[in-house]
Amino acid sequence: MQSAFSTNDAITALPEILLACGAMAFLMLGVFRKGDSNALITWLSVSLLVAAGIIILLAGDGRVTAFEGGFVTDGFSSFMKLLTLAGSAITIIMSIHFMRAERIERFEYPILVVLATLGMLMMISANDMISLYMGLELQSLALYVVAALNRDSVRSSEAGLKYFVLGALSSGMLLYGCSLVYGFTGATGFEQIATAVQADSDNIGLLFGLVFIIAGLAFKVSAVPFHMWTPDVYEGAPTPVTAFFAAAPKVAAMAMFIRVVVSAFEGITPDWQQILVFVSIASMVLGAFAAIGQNNIKRLLAYSSIGHMGFALVGLASGTEEGVRGVIIYLSIYLVMTLGTFACVLAMRRRGGTVEDISDLAGLARNNPMMAFILAMLMFSLAGIPPLAGFFAKFYVFLAAIHAELYPLAIIGVLASVVGAYYYVRIVKIMYFDEPEEAFEPMPGEIKLVIGLSGAFVLLFFVYPGPLVTAAGAAAKSLF
Amino acid sequence: MSSWPILSVVTFLPLLGALFIFAIRGDDEIARRNTRWVAMWTTLITFVLSLLIWINFDAGTAEFQFQDRSEWLGGKITYHMGVDGISMLFVILTTFLMPACILASWHIDVRVKEYMIAFLVLETLMIGVFCALDLVLFYLFFEGGLIPMFLIIGVWGGARRVYASFKFFLYTLLGSVLMLLAIMAMYIDAGTTHIPTLLAHKFPEGWQTWLFLAFFASFAVKMPMWPVHTWLPDAHVEAPTAGSVILAAILLKMGGYGFLRFSLPMFPIATDFFAPMIFALSIIAIIYTSLVALMQEDMKKLIAYSSVAHMGFVTMGIFALNAQGIQGGIFQMLSHGIVSAALFLCVGVVYDRIHTREIAAYGGLVNRMPLYAFTFMIFTLANVGLPGTSGFVGEFLAMVGVFKVNTWVAFLAATGVILSAGYALWLYRRVVFGALEKDSLKAITDMTPREVVVLGPLVVLTILFGVYPAPILDITAASVDNLIADYEAALAAFEASKLASAF
Repeated sequence: MQSAFSTNDAITALPEILLACGAMAFLMLGVFRKGDSNALITWLSVSLLVAAGIIILLAGDGRVTAFEGGFVTDGFSSFMKLLTLAGSAITIIMSIHFMRAERIERFEYPILVVLATLGMLMMISANDMISLYMGLELQSLALYVVAALNRDSVRSSEAGLKYFVLGALSSGMLLYGCSLVYGFTGATGFEQIATAVQADSDNIGLLFGLVFIIAGLAFKVSAVPFHMWTPDVYEGAPTPVTAFFAAAPKVAAMAMFIRVVVSAFEGITPDWQQILVFVSIASMVLGAFAAIGQNNIKRLLAYSSIGHMGFALVGLASGTEEGVRGVIIYLSIYLVMTLGTFACVLAMRRRGGTVEDISDLAGLARNNPMMAFILAMLMFSLAGIPPLAGFFAKFYVFLAAIHAELYPLAIIGVLASVVGAYYYVRIVKIMYFDEPEEAFEPMPGEIKLVIGLSGAFVLLFFVYPGPLVTAAGAAAKSLF
Repeated sequence: MSSWPILSVVTFLPLLGALFIFAIRGDDEIARRNTRWVAMWTTLITFVLSLLIWINFDAGTAEFQFQDRSEWLGGKITYHMGVDGISMLFVILTTFLMPACILASWHIDVRVKEYMIAFLVLETLMIGVFCALDLVLFYLFFEGGLIPMFLIIGVWGGARRVYASFKFFLYTLLGSVLMLLAIMAMYIDAGTTHIPTLLAHKFPEGWQTWLFLAFFASFAVKMPMWPVHTWLPDAHVEAPTAGSVILAAILLKMGGYGFLRFSLPMFPIATDFFAPMIFALSIIAIIYTSLVALMQEDMKKLIAYSSVAHMGFVTMGIFALNAQGIQGGIFQMLSHGIVSAALFLCVGVVYDRIHTREIAAYGGLVNRMPLYAFTFMIFTLANVGLPGTSGFVGEFLAMVGVFKVNTWVAFLAATGVILSAGYALWLYRRVVFGALEKDSLKAITDMTPREVVVLGPLVVLTILFGVYPAPILDITAASVDNLIADYEAALAAFEASKLASAF
């Protein structure tokens, strides 16, 4: 070991370094600049995220490790990072109007989102338990704060506190798992762990460590039985923050999940496969049934996201390259659908305030046919009805599950999707069949844009799905 | 054969019309009239174009014609369209009935734009189902139809429309997702979802049973077969007239088409194994739902139950697995497509005037509506299967086919014919004959020219194909013979291998 930090390391982690420096600089800017710097910092943050994305695009897809193997970039990480950055940037843009209207506009918000995104990029690139934990904690701490952003609201503070307590618990479990694995393999790097696991695959202590790690990871993707925080946090946090929670962190956490089990524990695939099959079935079933009784749209979407993580895990549970490709496609499409849906939720405003009940959507098809149409398409897409994008997402994960001969998982999964279809279709029913309520306030341009783009994606994806499938295939290949 | 992709054009032309309507601004009377005319012209042009398919169709071969293939999902999943003798006539049936549906919906006043868009999108999806030569593409069209149909029932339906639309949506979805898993399993086993390749692929014996059952789950619900038919009466009753027409005439046929296209040729061993079960279900459907139909007090519900009974003849004929049976099944589907559509339109005619479907609210219509009484009579008799109407040919062939296989099944099916005469003629007597006593009916007027234009062609076709069924039978013959030859060869090979392994 000659030097602790080489140029190669700096180049490999350039997007992360850029985000870290940028966030700190903007923080200074916000503190020292008198007056209203919110708009400036918001747009600077967005451009920072875009710049990081461009760097990742230019960097190419070859596998490069840095920081003594603790940090890795490859095709998989590039793809997931781009998704994450897109999710973060779009949620910042979506929140501008809301924050101003609710008078909780603070310059810290975009900076915290950037910091959380930095944590996510670290999680995606982590190739060592230590760097993984570092990224995870950076992301989590930033998320705890943004959940409680509306500090005058009891619900928002409660959401932040709940998230913090449960999040800390899950981080504890993850750490405990890491230390067990370290104890039995003597390594924290994924490659070394993989070698040790290969050599000694019946080690019971190692299995315990794996279980704890998966418990911690399952918490981050909000998979059953570690999902309890999701509905409360989603409901309590300000809506743009909820949109952010539902989009980028899910992608990053799932990417981290994939990399941990696939690259560190490849030698004991059947062991983690069992756990994932259970977690996946439980998430799909709970997500489908628990959402039926919800009347608050944010709570409903929380259960829906639990269900969707279950579907994504179907792909991972098959433990194959095809399965990982399925997860990547699923996450890409899920991200677009989620952003579009939350943009619609953000547009639900009456008389200067937000409304969150499903029944507030009644008769939207008459008041605002375009928004109703796109939201209906998003709902059908989330339910997985062809020819919308959501169908292809489900198609590729179930294809992998069938290929891996996980028939019970696939059958329970599709049946759960039928149950889930009920509550998505119920929203369509309320918008189209019920008598109209008072119209919503006109929505700002950026929300319109997000709704329009996501609607176009969901509707037209079937025309030319090739590029996404190919790109996801290449990304998955780089892991195996 | 024409060089331009006629099937894709016919399939996606209605979608173009829907986009056009989407672009119409405003919601005043002029916009509504424009919307109706755009929909009308789109469906008419589609129909005329689809006739070109019939004219250029080569009935002498069982090959797929007018093929059109391009890259789509990457790998082995492609966009591939084509028709053969089995599917071609369903395309024509669809394009033929659509203008009638649009015309029958001329009086719809609420959300006309959405209504016409839903119907045009539905037309694209229905034509796509019959043209798709790739399983995933087929599934896309097959399932996609749920969305517009759900909205049609739910937005423009009757009093219990919400219940009916949910039941329709969830029932059909439940059946179809199992088929989706089977499609994936087939893709993994055969390495492709290309239907012509799959038709030649031999699936392992153990798989066939499960794949058959998964496809059966979907098609049986769609068909619908007893005991999963209960969504149909609700959907029919609550749907607007044109929705009922499409449901009865086209959507139900997708089940029968699916059996012919997938179940029989791809899973011959399982088909042979399950044929007795299908016979049993068909017989129950024919007798039980006919009895249920007898007791209905709602006209649409009665016709809906009679549809289930007639579909029993179709499944019975198809699984007789000989030329007469399958030809009869196909003919019965086409004939039922015309006759049931016409019956629903007939109910629509009086419903638009009196706004009730209660049989008891009518009686003696013949006194004020002679033309209507005549039209309704033709279709009632066709529904019964009177010789000389198209209903007879299909039922007769199906029964001849099944008689060769199992005389008891044919015997029991024949009782269904008697029962159908019972409910159909009794309905006719209660609605049309008798004295005109009810005050609400005293001022009822006969069919308007628009209604005559809608129903006239259907009368002509019902009689024409009843007297001269050859055009239809000639077109289907080659494909059906090929289907049976392949089926018997596959079964013989299986028996031989079983025999060989026994020694």
